[in-house]
Amino acid sequence: MTESSDDSYLKVKNLSKSFGSFEAIKNISINIKEGEFVCFLGPSGCGKTTLLRCIAGLEIQSAGLVFQKNKDISNLPPSNRDFGIVFQSYALFPNLSVFSNIAYGLINNKWKREDIKKRVGELLSLVNLTEHSSKYPSQLSGGEQQRVALARALATSPGLLLLDEPLSALDAKVRVFLRKQIRDLQRKLGVTTIMVTHDQEEAQTMADRIFVMKDGEIIQSGTPNEIYTKANSPFIASFIGSMNFIPAVVSNSDKVQCNNVELSCNTVNFKQNDSVQIAIRPEDIQIKKENPDDNILPATIKEIEFLGSFQRVYFESKNLTGDLIMVDIPSSNARKTKLNINQEIDLYFSKEDVRVYPV
Amino acid sequence: MNFFNFANIRRGKDSSDRVGQFMLVSYIILFLLFLVLPLGALISKSLENKDGDFIGLANYNLYLQEPALFQSLYNSLFVAISSTIIVVVLAFLFSYALTRTCMPFKGFFKLIALIPLLSPSILAAIALVYWFGNQGVLKEMLLGKSIYGPIGIIMASVYWTFPHALIILTTSLSLSDSRLYEAAEVLKTSKLRAFFTITIPGARYGIISTAFVIFTQVFTDFGVPKVIGGNYNVLATDIYKEVVGMQNFQMGAVISMVLLVPAMIAFFIDRYSRKKQISLLTSRSVVFKPKKHFKVDMIMLAFCSLLALIIILMIGMAQYGAIVKFWPYNLNFTLKNYNFEVAGLGWDSFYNSVRLAFYTAIFGTIIIFVGSYLIEKLRINDGMRNLVQFFALMPMAVPGLVLGLAYIFFFNAKDNPLNFIYATMIILVVNTIVHFYTVSHLTAVTALKQMDKEFESVSLSLKIPIYKMFWRVTLPVCLPPIFDISIYLFVNAMTTVSGVIFLYSYDTTLASVSAIHLDEQGEVAKAAAMAMLIVYVSVAVRLTHTIITKKVLRKTQAWRYNIIDTKLD
Repeated sequence: MTESSDDSYLKVKNLSKSFGSFEAIKNISINIKEGEFVCFLGPSGCGKTTLLRCIAGLEIQSAGLVFQKNKDISNLPPSNRDFGIVFQSYALFPNLSVFSNIAYGLINNKWKREDIKKRVGELLSLVNLTEHSSKYPSQLSGGEQQRVALARALATSPGLLLLDEPLSALDAKVRVFLRKQIRDLQRKLGVTTIMVTHDQEEAQTMADRIFVMKDGEIIQSGTPNEIYTKANSPFIASFIGSMNFIPAVVSNSDKVQCNNVELSCNTVNFKQNDSVQIAIRPEDIQIKKENPDDNILPATIKEIEFLGSFQRVYFESKNLTGDLIMVDIPSSNARKTKLNINQEIDLYFSKEDVRVYPV
Repeated sequence: MNFFNFANIRRGKDSSDRVGQFMLVSYIILFLLFLVLPLGALISKSLENKDGDFIGLANYNLYLQEPALFQSLYNSLFVAISSTIIVVVLAFLFSYALTRTCMPFKGFFKLIALIPLLSPSILAAIALVYWFGNQGVLKEMLLGKSIYGPIGIIMASVYWTFPHALIILTTSLSLSDSRLYEAAEVLKTSKLRAFFTITIPGARYGIISTAFVIFTQVFTDFGVPKVIGGNYNVLATDIYKEVVGMQNFQMGAVISMVLLVPAMIAFFIDRYSRKKQISLLTSRSVVFKPKKHFKVDMIMLAFCSLLALIIILMIGMAQYGAIVKFWPYNLNFTLKNYNFEVAGLGWDSFYNSVRLAFYTAIFGTIIIFVGSYLIEKLRINDGMRNLVQFFALMPMAVPGLVLGLAYIFFFNAKDNPLNFIYATMIILVVNTIVHFYTVSHLTAVTALKQMDKEFESVSLSLKIPIYKMFWRVTLPVCLPPIFDISIYLFVNAMTTVSGVIFLYSYDTTLASVSAIHLDEQGEVAKAAAMAMLIVYVSVAVRLTHTIITKKVLRKTQAWRYNIIDTKLD
């Protein structure tokens, strides 16, 4: 029972956690390979942080097992587990200098003074903070503080790095910068890493593998690309990126009827007359015909949003009722084709880009 | 497989867990010994006859049939409610002036208003005797009414409870969102309507809380009615008379229960309203900054000046009375009133008080801070932590007099192995710590709540035991509130009467108690001198505290000041 031999570095088996009658995590099992960077992604309250804290031993699971390097650690207190952790709030000790914060974990492990100095120096240069060594946390910016927290967590060379929404408290620019820095650092050190986040962009740019969570369950896992292109539910499709949803009925093999237009798409899992919703990403809809068998949808421009590198145009189609259709047009294209409100344009999208979900 | 998983989810323990658990168990035992069991002894005493046989509610029946005793309940309620109304109105206006107007000299007024905190409650009563007593300067102002009675009790109670009310109300009034007032102004709301629709509702819970705190303080106070109550009996003086005068412990216990119940009810309403108060201000609120308004500012200045003058006149008169030869016939100055030998007392009681205050401050601060840390930051043993939290809040609901009496019943019992602490300094220290536990505990909890809740998690992940982190991070960061707690305990230990009146012995007489006895013997000038001694020490300690906070803390709290330094760069 306490043995588990395969090549995964961290293994979670049938883990559940309840707070009173509320089930925060429901029977989750996952395997993480050594050196992998995985993200738990989901809206707030989905149980992702609870799962992370159970792996750290900071919460005690109601049921289930956790293995690290094939060793059962389910009942170990956090101090007997091997991990470093970084929190959204940084949790730097305010009365200790940057140096002492990073050295904090080393001192207890009976390191020699000069070894500590050397190790902290290494870490400081790793996170590019060498010149801030003697400052107090409150003298640093948020991004710098989080880098100190990262160095502190890595100081004892833990086998597992846990990141609990590490970038959520930072400004947009710093966030993008740190994303890359953390990712590079992780690759360089090869430390197995789990990050919790509610930001899909963060998860997509950083993770090798994403576990999408909802209501205490993992509803899909895969590489960022798999999750984006093969979302297995309308929830994930709309949570990760933007998505147009159109109600439809399967009319024929590979044909659906939306109000009074017929569109072609892959209906392999559905029977005739099934009610479905079809989903198309805004960037997959064109205003120029590219392929002879593209679907065509006549529509009118209702609203244009300028978003920098692209413009999001909202269309109304007389053939469809309900929501406006979002279309992303690269700004360079948009400048060439002059777009005006109430202009009538045909929209094109290929059969392959249409996903079909049950209602 | 799944079946197996559900079995045996039991977390192994590390050294932090074991230390924490041991400490929690110790706290539970201490609270049982020094709070719960004594109160149990009090309750059981109220259900016994003189021979110690159980007689049910017979004593209570007797109490209800005794009109004189019943009259005291009415008197207690009357003075408590009257004082509460007066204090709440005065303190509200005063704190409104401090927080919501541009009145000049705010710092000065704040300082003056806090003076009564440094003196025992009886000092006010003694000062009133000099002002309005039989030979008082302003006796005629009472239009033939005597100061010895409800008038004196209410006046003295208003004086000494005023700063307590002021502190709560100032906090509550300063927690206001200026955006609300801006919104009201944009919507063309009149100032008066804004006051009744924003200010008052915003301070509502603060006002309720103040009312119940003041009510409890006056309702359970012993010193003031003892000195200036005359023949006007209240519950607190009744307990004293039954116990000390008539040795009727059973009736003393019954009256204690009568005193305890309203205090308990007031306590729970207060707790409830404080919880509500917190949720009113969010992190997005913008703190209110008052604007100049000449007329309002001047009216408030006049009002605050008047109150400040009264406070100065009160303490000034007590000091004056202590240093004149023979009031009101020989007004030459002398120090002979500070020679307590003549009254058969000496300075021992004063030194005892200082010792008591030191021990209480040192041990009390350690015990209370560590206790609040266990409750606030440990992750294990939820049940035990909740129990300790409940115990920590209980003392607030127990009047000092009741706690003192409970200690007699419990520790004076022959078969109690802890009997040896009876009539020693130890019992006084323990009683004082327990009596003032709750307020200090809440201060510590507030400070701990402001610390990042993940410090402990980080420490555990770095394999540092929590007690090491407590020493290296928590304690240094929390030094300012820890100093506040120790000062609070020190000053209260110096000034308290009701907690210790039953517990001192021949070797451990205390200054505040001696002042009461001197007054009883007609030595009013010596009583004033003794009360003033307490004030001197309190002031000296306060000043030292201020210097320490400014100078010494600057070293240990360098990181705090650096925040300001860098922001100025």
